[in-house]
Amino acid sequence: MIQISNLHKSYAMGSNSLHVLKGLNLEIEEGEFVSIMGSSGSGKSTLLNILGILDDYDRGTYYLGGKLIQGLNETKAAMTRNEMIGFIFQSFNLISFKNAMENVALPLYYQKVSRKKRNQIALEYLDRLGLKEWAGHLPSELSGGQKQRVAIARALISKPQIILADEPTGALDSATSFEVMDILKDINNQGKTVIIVTHEHDIAAMTKKIIRLKDGVIEEVIKNGDLQLFKERILTE
Amino acid sequence: MFDVDVWQEIFSTIKKNKLRTFLTGFSVAWGIFMLMILLGSGNGLQNGVKEQFAENSVNIMWMWTGDTSIPYQGLKEGRTIKFNNADYNFLKEKDEDLELVSSRYYLPGNIMYTYKNEYGSFETSSCHPALKEMEKVKLTSGRFINDLDLNESRKVIVLAENVRKALFKEEDAIGKYVKLNTVPFKVIGVSFDAKRRDGRTSYIPVSTAQRIFNGADRVHTFAITTKMVNTAEEADSITAKVRQGMAQRHKFDPKDKRAMGSFNMLAEYIRTMKIFQAIKIFVWIIGIGTLIAGIVGVSNIMLILVKERTREIGIRKALGASPASVITLVLLESILITTIAGYIGLLVGVGIMEGINYGLEQMLAAGGGERIFFRNPTVDFTTAITSMVILVVSGALAGYLPARKAANVKPIEALRDEN
Repeated sequence: MIQISNLHKSYAMGSNSLHVLKGLNLEIEEGEFVSIMGSSGSGKSTLLNILGILDDYDRGTYYLGGKLIQGLNETKAAMTRNEMIGFIFQSFNLISFKNAMENVALPLYYQKVSRKKRNQIALEYLDRLGLKEWAGHLPSELSGGQKQRVAIARALISKPQIILADEPTGALDSATSFEVMDILKDINNQGKTVIIVTHEHDIAAMTKKIIRLKDGVIEEVIKNGDLQLFKERILTE
Repeated sequence: MFDVDVWQEIFSTIKKNKLRTFLTGFSVAWGIFMLMILLGSGNGLQNGVKEQFAENSVNIMWMWTGDTSIPYQGLKEGRTIKFNNADYNFLKEKDEDLELVSSRYYLPGNIMYTYKNEYGSFETSSCHPALKEMEKVKLTSGRFINDLDLNESRKVIVLAENVRKALFKEEDAIGKYVKLNTVPFKVIGVSFDAKRRDGRTSYIPVSTAQRIFNGADRVHTFAITTKMVNTAEEADSITAKVRQGMAQRHKFDPKDKRAMGSFNMLAEYIRTMKIFQAIKIFVWIIGIGTLIAGIVGVSNIMLILVKERTREIGIRKALGASPASVITLVLLESILITTIAGYIGLLVGVGIMEGINYGLEQMLAAGGGERIFFRNPTVDFTTAITSMVILVVSGALAGYLPARKAANVKPIEALRDEN
């Protein structure tokens, strides 16, 4: 699903240039449930932005679903994001003056789906996440967990090939966090590739593969079987 | 562009910021309102002055004579110059710049008008038939002097309405005879001039006047219409040419204003209209200036709006909004605010001017306000349409910068969590 090789990215910081990703190689298969970890400055946000086609990269290659993602103009990038990627953010990023249903329907608006049809589909997705009665509510009238579920419904509605979640539980208490992780697990079980960026070990431990970044390269990859070991090691640290 | 969703998006943001939208719109509405008031007033003033000119043909010219003040070709100054019937023929036949000619012989002293037991002393003008068109003489009944009256020196008279009233009261005057001193004249028409209520002028044929009042072929003044020209210079050169011709016939210096006086209305008319053209340009400059202030306001507000909505725009872009769709959103909102607000300003401005116009018409109909130099102070359809086009274009201009800023919003920066 995702093939990244020798990825370089640096940012201009005034007269200096900050080299963030230094020849990163990464492969994620279809249907994987991956978390990307790393301390701040390790490049995980940069990697997520590149994966989400929100940012360009300097060198290397990035294939998403067999398609080379490189030097796309803004319109093309927006289209590709809309079709292939579902975003989930830490702070939900719902549009405040739109109700839950309209928020969920927004990606379909950019696919030029008719209003009636996309609202109907949005209701279906809200129903699936147990929020049908809240469809007419504004984000300000929803709890954090509900907001994140609306955001997840929004990420799913365009039937993307991968779900990118940036600290999806960062703004939630632990009970709600687990709830959200269960939903993501379900989505993954239905065959969707899910990638989350997190710095919380227990959240990462719920995924099937952990990729630890350090100084712009992958430090280690912990697969499903090793997770138990990883957990123990975390506890001792 | 006529996507229902786009409009719903726009209306939802406008609804969220009612006061701000109102204030922004108000500055634009005010701009266009002032433009309409200024243009309307300018038009009113211009129409008022035009009306004054319209009492006569705009291309009329009057000539009269006096004593020479400059020695000419060995002739001393102080000679009295007199027009005569030959001058009439000369002006009529020889000068291709002239259209209509009418000569006037001043009747000596006050003429006593008598009808039955009623009598009074009134002003009498003698003329050619052409004067009706030149001085826009209006008739309430009967006819004006014609060529036959003139050629046969008929004793006919066109009475001024107030003279008729004084002599005939409620009686119909047409066909009756009025005595001018001792000579009976047949009334052929009644003239009326709303502007000159006290101008008690009646008209008789110039030939009759000369014959009855011992005028021989003496002519005191000429009224002529020149051909229509577009510049004051051309009009002035016609005046000069006519003066040259008369100077040659009567041997005086063409520059001698005392020997022969003349007034060319067309030159004055063109000059006055030029002033109004300048005023109009001035008004447009001020109006557009006011409008620009309003538009800058809109642009400013839209910039703030874009800044406030950076995150929202970031979300939209992450979810697949193309730069074009973001630009459309901002641009349409800007155009919507300016157009609607501007239209309201336009309506109010035009409405007020129409109201003033209505009041003026009422006043004139009631017989007052003839001294007011203000007529039909309204803005025409073309100007209104032009203003609307300017509004839409300026709305687009006002929105362009903020829209471009919005389109350049980077989703990663907009969505970066500040923690």
